[in-house]
Amino acid sequence: MTATFIYPLTGFLEKTFVITEFELRKLRHDFTELVTRALQPALWLLVFGQVFARSGAMHTGSIPYLDFIAPGILAQSVLFVAIFYGINVIWERDLGIVQKFLASPTPRAALVLGKGFSAGIRSLSQAAIVYGLSLLVGVKLNWNPLALLNVVVVVVLAATLFSTFSLIIACIVKTRERFMGVGQVLTMPLFFASNAIYPTTLMPGWLKIVSHLNPLTYVVDALRTFMLAGSTSSFGLSYDYAVILLTTIILVLIGARLYPHLAV
Amino acid sequence: MSNIVLEVKSLTRRFGAFTAVDSLTLSVNAGEVFALLGSNGAGKTTTIKMLTTLLPPSSGEARVAGFSITTQAVDVRRSIGYVPQAVSVDGSLTGYENLLIFAKLYDLPHRERQARIRDALEFMNLTADGGRMVNQYSGGMVRRLEIAQSTLHRPRVLFLDEPTVGLDPIARDAVWKHLVDLRTNYGTTLFFTTHYLEEAQSYCDRIAIMHLGKVAALGTCQELEASLGGDGHTLDEVFVHYAGSALDSAGNFRSVSAERATAKRLG
Repeated sequence: MTATFIYPLTGFLEKTFVITEFELRKLRHDFTELVTRALQPALWLLVFGQVFARSGAMHTGSIPYLDFIAPGILAQSVLFVAIFYGINVIWERDLGIVQKFLASPTPRAALVLGKGFSAGIRSLSQAAIVYGLSLLVGVKLNWNPLALLNVVVVVVLAATLFSTFSLIIACIVKTRERFMGVGQVLTMPLFFASNAIYPTTLMPGWLKIVSHLNPLTYVVDALRTFMLAGSTSSFGLSYDYAVILLTTIILVLIGARLYPHLAV
Repeated sequence: MSNIVLEVKSLTRRFGAFTAVDSLTLSVNAGEVFALLGSNGAGKTTTIKMLTTLLPPSSGEARVAGFSITTQAVDVRRSIGYVPQAVSVDGSLTGYENLLIFAKLYDLPHRERQARIRDALEFMNLTADGGRMVNQYSGGMVRRLEIAQSTLHRPRVLFLDEPTVGLDPIARDAVWKHLVDLRTNYGTTLFFTTHYLEEAQSYCDRIAIMHLGKVAALGTCQELEASLGGDGHTLDEVFVHYAGSALDSAGNFRSVSAERATAKRLG
């Protein structure tokens, strides 16, 4: 009985990793992408962060402002890269690639999650960039290996979450033009309605409520706890992980449901 | 009797008020090369999408390799190969990698994978190009790679949607030579759509002409030509007779615009 349960699960994971593997094989050919991705976090940390830190306008408690926003900028750059991931899916649909994968016996959820994971692993370059920039501006980072490992896990999960969200949008709008519009409309609100660049304590009541419904808030909270020396979580790390994991699972299930619509 | 590999019964697909495929019934024998002809919007692609489990039918049923497309979709997917009309291999991977991913997705045994991929490349005359990026391939090579990819797991039925569209005559001949070899060597049933009547004539065992979602005529090339009565009718004449144009027969402006909207949605 356990065997019949285990096999579909291992089979599912195996297929998921096959999809991830091949998405990553394509990376060899877009190194330019990795370079251009470094620009935005650099602007936020070196320009925006420096100026706001000097102004002293933000009250971030015992943590200096630059330290405060470094994890927020990492979360933001992961979000910004992941949210446009769906454009690739639309591209693959305009060719016949999506159709061909859907006509194969691969579980739909493995197709969706495999793509999500690949976005997750790609976004690790963002983590490396933000760590480099943080060193440059003197953020006090936590170099405990276990904390670093948790940063890797949270970044991969966050990118999986938001790229799957992006895939769902792609399944609904189906064209590149509409997708770009929707993507742009979503990213800024998600970013500003989170604790990425200011603490939720500074927010008006309504925004605080919105930010607590925003998965990005929990990503930032977890990253802030693991990245900074001597920082504590606002919500509790297990709560952060629970929200992130549960949201990802729900989005993958929705994505698996909607993905076949791309072949129509 | 058990020789039938594809059995379609009253298969119907509606998009809103428009019926793209209207109660389609036909059967195809194992090892047969079967062509679906018809003008644009006749329902060919919609039919293939239903038979490859990409699109659920509105009503009716079909069995592919003995499995129901509605209740046993995964079994159907294991038994078929599908070459869509648009390019379905990944340009940012090598030819070899494109085959490797499908070898893994179709659970080919680990120790057989390399041999199967090598054979498939050789069979499609791509051995020398396996390590090259697919975005450097010519149109004919891309099509041959797609066929290699969709037949790696030795499907019982291979569905091809306009396999030679946009290819020059030499590349078309090469593709067909390989398709015919597939049938000869592995007994693969070929079910394809095309606009090139001479391809249907040269390579098919039987032809179905679809018109406005229905089968207008079905038979061998000779039977279809004879069906017009008199001597010396060509397949072109047969096609015009049965497929006509939407304006000449039952169609009106509304059905044409509905067809185009569907074609756009499907495209």
